[in-house]
Amino acid sequence: MVVTGPFSSGKTEFISSISEIDVVKTERSISSEAESKVKSETTVAMDFGRITVDDDLVLYLFGTPGQRRFDFMWEILAEGMLGFIVMVDSTKPETFREAKSILETFRAYAPTPFVVAANKQDLKDAWTIDDLRIALRIEDGVKLLPCVANDKESVKNVLLELLYSILEEMEKSS
Amino acid sequence: MPLQGNLRDFSTTQLLNLINLAGKTGTLVIFEGIKTNEKDAIGNVKQAAGAERARVAFKVGKLIGAQLGAQDGNLVSVLNKAGKLTDDQARIIRERAKNTSDKALALLLINANYVSQRDIVASVQQHTLDVVYNLLTWLESPFRFEDSLLPSADRILVPIDLENVIIEGARRIREIEQLTVHLPNLDMALKFPENPREKFKGIHLSVEEWRVVSFVNPRNTIRQIAKANNMSEIEIRRIVFGLEQAGLVEIVLPPGAAASQRTAPGNAANPQQVRAPNVERSVVERIINRLRSNG
Repeated sequence: MVVTGPFSSGKTEFISSISEIDVVKTERSISSEAESKVKSETTVAMDFGRITVDDDLVLYLFGTPGQRRFDFMWEILAEGMLGFIVMVDSTKPETFREAKSILETFRAYAPTPFVVAANKQDLKDAWTIDDLRIALRIEDGVKLLPCVANDKESVKNVLLELLYSILEEMEKSS
Repeated sequence: MPLQGNLRDFSTTQLLNLINLAGKTGTLVIFEGIKTNEKDAIGNVKQAAGAERARVAFKVGKLIGAQLGAQDGNLVSVLNKAGKLTDDQARIIRERAKNTSDKALALLLINANYVSQRDIVASVQQHTLDVVYNLLTWLESPFRFEDSLLPSADRILVPIDLENVIIEGARRIREIEQLTVHLPNLDMALKFPENPREKFKGIHLSVEEWRVVSFVNPRNTIRQIAKANNMSEIEIRRIVFGLEQAGLVEIVLPPGAAASQRTAPGNAANPQQVRAPNVERSVVERIINRLRSNG
């Protein structure tokens, strides 16, 4: 599964919350002054987390870099994905346009199921799910889920919803 | 939870659309932006909310009232602006009805045959639309939507469907974009063509157009003319466009001010479709069971 979304939307934190191994990060110090005010390090290639299902099945979670200048990595990560999660920081309307653009780009990569995770719903400045759906122009049939990326239960719920969507898609095509 | 942000990230048209679709009730307050030392997630300078620039009220997704921060939006001013009351009438009514609410004043004016109920409704509606169309052109300003906050009960509120406002707003934004393409650089100057006297003969200009014409001089940039006349960028662009189309002024390119070529930002707009995995249903079910069991 691929976890994507704009810069600083919470992708690395999302994977860290659920992965059974320490997330393999490719974070580097941020050189841009503007971005360094938001956080000190950012993902440049990918984040990598793992959930062992049983002896012969492992679920891998790949987090994409959020900045456009690393978008050459997106297609590589999209190859063979089971589904994808688009993370949106609900408190930063300045990133909504980019989130929508990333969503459409990944949609175009592969017709795999996806969900949108509205991160930081625990913060007082967060836009509501209903408002986000309209703001991001997300169709009614697409799952837009409240999320708190550092809360394991919340992350688990988002992953399960994506898996249910994958099952539904399989049923439709069978 | 509040709906807040900056118009540069989420435009007025998008906000109106959201309020319409969500059937919201409350007041949208738009503030002067005060630059801070912080940057937001996409590198723009963060703006703190300063003085109030405008407030627009909605009830169940319909526009019901709007007011610009510095504007006197009471009924007398609205009717005066709409030409339903003369300046003298407005001055006298203001003096005599200082403490009368808009609704009570409306009744008095109707009973005294100054105006009809239709005049009042049409004037208030036009005032509201004028304010909203004005703020549709604002490109950046912090905003906040105050849920359930409505104007006081003594104000006259006229419900207006937002669909037409949004369509008209989009049309005006297109016009602004066209004007901006036509006149991208406000640091250009204006000069009169050859034989200006001939060209101006028989021409009827508005007061605003005359004000601009009075500043035409290759030494004055369009931006300076706008500033001197207290006009917005859109107003000056519209007037200069009209004057230029009529052949009354020529736009002079200042030395070394050639418009720079805009390049489209890099994007992955034409991604190649990648291979989707061939996964069996049982595999997905095993992952679900694993997550459900202990996460």
